[in-house]
Amino acid sequence: MKLRTAISRRRFLRRALGVGGAFALSGCDALSQTQWFPKVLATGETLTRAVQGLVPRRALAQEFSEADLSPRFRSNGTAMPANAQYLALAAKGFADYRLEVGGLVEKPASLSLVELRALPSRTQITRHDCVEGWSAIGKWKGVRLSALLDAVHPKPEARFVMFYCADPMEADGSSPYYESIDMDDAFHPQTLLAYELNDTTLPIPNGAPIRLRVERQLGYKHAKYVMRIELVQSFERIAGGKGGYWEDQGYEWWAGI
Amino acid sequence: MATEPSPLPSGRSQAETTRVGSYLYYRHTLPVRVMHWINVIALTVLLLSGLNIFSAHPALYWGKSSYSGRPPIFQIMARETDDDVIGITSMFGHEFVTTGVLGAADEDGEVVPRIFPSWLTVPGDRWLAMARRWHFFFAWVFVINGIAYLAYSIVSRHLARDLAPGAGDWRSVGSSIVDHLRFKHPTGEAAKRYNVLQKLAYLSVIFILLPLMILMGFAMSPTLNSLLPGWVDFFGGRQSARTIHFIVAWLVVAFVLVHVFEVMVSGFWNHLRSMITGRYAIHPEAPK
Repeated sequence: MKLRTAISRRRFLRRALGVGGAFALSGCDALSQTQWFPKVLATGETLTRAVQGLVPRRALAQEFSEADLSPRFRSNGTAMPANAQYLALAAKGFADYRLEVGGLVEKPASLSLVELRALPSRTQITRHDCVEGWSAIGKWKGVRLSALLDAVHPKPEARFVMFYCADPMEADGSSPYYESIDMDDAFHPQTLLAYELNDTTLPIPNGAPIRLRVERQLGYKHAKYVMRIELVQSFERIAGGKGGYWEDQGYEWWAGI
Repeated sequence: MATEPSPLPSGRSQAETTRVGSYLYYRHTLPVRVMHWINVIALTVLLLSGLNIFSAHPALYWGKSSYSGRPPIFQIMARETDDDVIGITSMFGHEFVTTGVLGAADEDGEVVPRIFPSWLTVPGDRWLAMARRWHFFFAWVFVINGIAYLAYSIVSRHLARDLAPGAGDWRSVGSSIVDHLRFKHPTGEAAKRYNVLQKLAYLSVIFILLPLMILMGFAMSPTLNSLLPGWVDFFGGRQSARTIHFIVAWLVVAFVLVHVFEVMVSGFWNHLRSMITGRYAIHPEAPK
């Protein structure tokens, strides 16, 4: 009698665990699909960003030595933008490329690669951390974004720098990649518009002619194929309103973790 | 834990009343019980969402970067041939076919590439953005709960009284190992205390494994890396930290398996009740 009770208890327990577990897991999926639950989960990000406030905004990302360089710097996402205008520029070695800088600035500008290279530059060996989990180490040379911004005189109300790119993210050629960073990151000494990777001209798979380096944030913030920069007060009315292509897909705008 | 045995309330007709001299003892205080179950939920979600995050790049490396010229030390992948999908798991250069478990799984009668079976991940499908939201939210639940537990355990002397091994504990290590191997569990007064192996297991998890896992999570954050540039190299670099994070997660799973096993073989319902109501039945020692 006692043994049978034990067995039926055990069987009940096993079933309860199995059914309960399956229910809980499918419950997680159902919750993920709701409007409200991901917002509850996103309160975690509010805490994370509050803690990030403890990290000095000027703190430098770790820099590495030549010995740490990845033999080949991995290209992720777009390797060749499917964009006729871009391909025409690439065919002439980006001789006709001009970076447009506008929005909330006193002196909008349009700069060729030669003009960009004449601005104060920085060279740094940093680690690129992809949100997927991998890391690669590369040597970047580029214009300090702070120097470029100083030249165009941002208006006091400017809060974010938008980067509009040449690579469409949809097969039909729509949804061009875009990103945004705040003014603290924009003026950070390691934030560059890179035009060289590992001592050679930036290759197309890595974002030629210009890609953003915003060290201390994950890879998707480092917009490739940058064509236009705009200073704005808010990005709520731009594309999906979340400040970047991947942000519009549900990734965090602040990609420090 | 209360120290005085409470008399068995009348009207109880559980198995323990059948043994003369049995009584219910108040073993776990309410804060410990609440924090235990919050921890169960948080660690479960952290593991399952972590496996979804890992699926975005199912390879582990040792070093500062993933691309250093050396291959990954561990990798799960799907190899697709003309009419077949094979799940492959490689470790230190050795490949194992793991179709059905890792790399490829049967879904509605068709074998498709899948790093972990969908029932082992949150969300069930590969969805990195959502998995990260689950992971970071429950990481906060876990950390806040853990800090509350530590504060409570120090202030209430739960740590000093119940978890810290005393002189007698150290002398009983040998006999405790033998007892565990023989599935022999203490009765009477001895059942009120944690045994020395139990204390050491709990302390290792609380003070070594879980803090190490949190620290290795921080080590993966590029922003936290900049707090003190180079600190991650102390653990071998960011990719090593990611590997340690993964290994420690499975060590915690191993602890949970042993923990649940011990609970099952030493009186499952009694233990479960004590973690819900706080009351644990003490049976008198068998007559010599």
